[in-house]
Amino acid sequence: MTSKALNRTTLKRSALALALTLVAGTAHAEGDLFIYNWTDYTSPELIAKFEKDTGIKVTLDTYDSNETLLAKLKSGSAGYDIAVVSSDFVPIFSSEGLVEKIDAPKLEGFSNLDPRWVKPVWDPENAYSIPWNWGTTSYSVNTDAYKGPIDSLSVLFEPPPELAGKVGMFNSPSEVMSLAQVYLGMPPCQTDTANMKKVQDLLLAQAPAVKLYNSDGIIERQATGETVVHQQWNGAAMRSRELNKAVKYVYPKEGVVGWMDNVVVPTGAKNPDNARKFLTFIMQPENMALQSNFTKYSNAVVGSEQFFEASMKDAPELSPPADLKVVFTPACPEEATQLMDRVWTRLKK
Amino acid sequence: MSGTARVRTLPLLAPALGVILVFMVAPMLIAGAYSFLTAGAYGGVRLPVTGEAYVRFLFDRDLDDSLIFDDTYLVIFGRSIALAAATTVLSVLIGLPVAWFMACRDKATRDLLVLAITIPFWTNLLIRTYCWVLILRDQGLVNAALIGTGVTSEPITFLYSNEAILLGLVYSFLPFMVLPIYATLERLDPRLVEAAHDLYAGRWAAFRYVVWPLAKAGVAAGTILVFVPALGAFLAPDLLGGGRKLMIGSLIHLQFTSSRNWPFGAAASMILMAFVLVALVIAARRRAGQVAP
Repeated sequence: MTSKALNRTTLKRSALALALTLVAGTAHAEGDLFIYNWTDYTSPELIAKFEKDTGIKVTLDTYDSNETLLAKLKSGSAGYDIAVVSSDFVPIFSSEGLVEKIDAPKLEGFSNLDPRWVKPVWDPENAYSIPWNWGTTSYSVNTDAYKGPIDSLSVLFEPPPELAGKVGMFNSPSEVMSLAQVYLGMPPCQTDTANMKKVQDLLLAQAPAVKLYNSDGIIERQATGETVVHQQWNGAAMRSRELNKAVKYVYPKEGVVGWMDNVVVPTGAKNPDNARKFLTFIMQPENMALQSNFTKYSNAVVGSEQFFEASMKDAPELSPPADLKVVFTPACPEEATQLMDRVWTRLKK
Repeated sequence: MSGTARVRTLPLLAPALGVILVFMVAPMLIAGAYSFLTAGAYGGVRLPVTGEAYVRFLFDRDLDDSLIFDDTYLVIFGRSIALAAATTVLSVLIGLPVAWFMACRDKATRDLLVLAITIPFWTNLLIRTYCWVLILRDQGLVNAALIGTGVTSEPITFLYSNEAILLGLVYSFLPFMVLPIYATLERLDPRLVEAAHDLYAGRWAAFRYVVWPLAKAGVAAGTILVFVPALGAFLAPDLLGGGRKLMIGSLIHLQFTSSRNWPFGAAASMILMAFVLVALVIAARRRAGQVAP
């Protein structure tokens, strides 16, 4: 979720995080904890509280893509105790032996996790990971400019004529195609060429109505009305709405794409005990709420909602309908990635 | 050069040769080697050695593994070449008069103007390109001015078109055309132009037979400096073009990131490099032919 992290980038916040880490870095008898996370994706308040509670000194490093993390951990000399990995990359990390077994169910606080997020497909025994933040990918609509019904992904993928030239899409083959596959009712990571042909036809027919493919600056484009309909993440849509009340995040009947970022302990961590303390720490509702308040994304710890900021408690972006179909996309095998690349290239030929 | 002179100059050349070797030859060799390997499942490359990346450039594999001609990548390359060529032509048309204007000022003004030309380089290209988005977008400065003055009531969409890309490319690379032309014109002896006028040459004839032949070296250098980077640019196409069409630069970028096909990305850049090299050799030959017919 590269651009998600970029979208969230607020230098101020990162600087604050850094400052807090530095200020808190005085006389720590309890040792160190080295965290590696997406840029602007770690609550400074969370880290400060952890340091205060445990006396452990935290050092935070950031990255901008799963590929960067993969390359760094593969080089074997990273020296991190905690890393945050997207759900689709968890199986890669565990099968390549890049993360330690943590046996999460045995950790104190594991019972606080929402059963919905326990033992997920990407880590069936929770042997390697616990959930961090999660969100959904769908689209938002500027309801001042478009009054039609918005209950289906068809508004995005087969927009009515009045929306021609007002649609925005992510500029990422997997993000665009996984949502298209939800709309077409097929499982993610298609290797079936006939199915991919349907995806291609859908996107080619949509293309003339698309104003741009760009994963950055969506919050502003939707808030200013430069685009009327835009593929977007729920947390980002919430930030658009805070700028412009007319922006509405849509929960379509066909479903949405879900993503989850997970906390893992890289192989060879120098402070495994402190890493465990951190895992236990973030499974406490009042602590994980600090993280959600910072990123505006949901978490998996039951009871953290009561510590949410007021603006988040009733945010429609964070309260999906109970029957919403959420499709979690795994890391696609090479064959599927190649097919997506082909469709994407034809689309932009 | 005598043997001893060669021995003496070698240590002096060593740093330059070292830089060329480490920063140019080595990366090119790595890219060349990668282009003949197989893509790793999660990025990177692995064995076996294969020419598949090059085959893929022109052919698509059908379900039964037979090859069908596919012009997708040729179209993408063609579009990039056309845009880079248009950028170069526009840069010459704008750059030549600008350079001439600069060369005709007095020394102090000339220095000031050269400084002015280089000022944009003080800011990162990404930021400057993004500024064009802010200027041209529907709620941008241009549309605000047009609506404010009543020229139009609805915003005009300038962005996300080939014209917007072209504007961004010309804007980015124009200084690379102006500076080399200026360098040649600055050295031009003004008495030559006066002599041309004395010999009853009009303005056009003086330009055509005196200024142009002398400026041509600068135009040639500028053409290379503009055409080659414009060919591989991906910032302007992605930001100002709205990522609607692929250019060579964005195609290569894509292969090294989400499509995770490093060999094909490497092959595409090798093909691009070969094209540039051939074009340069042809241009150099033609120029050599003109000088000594």
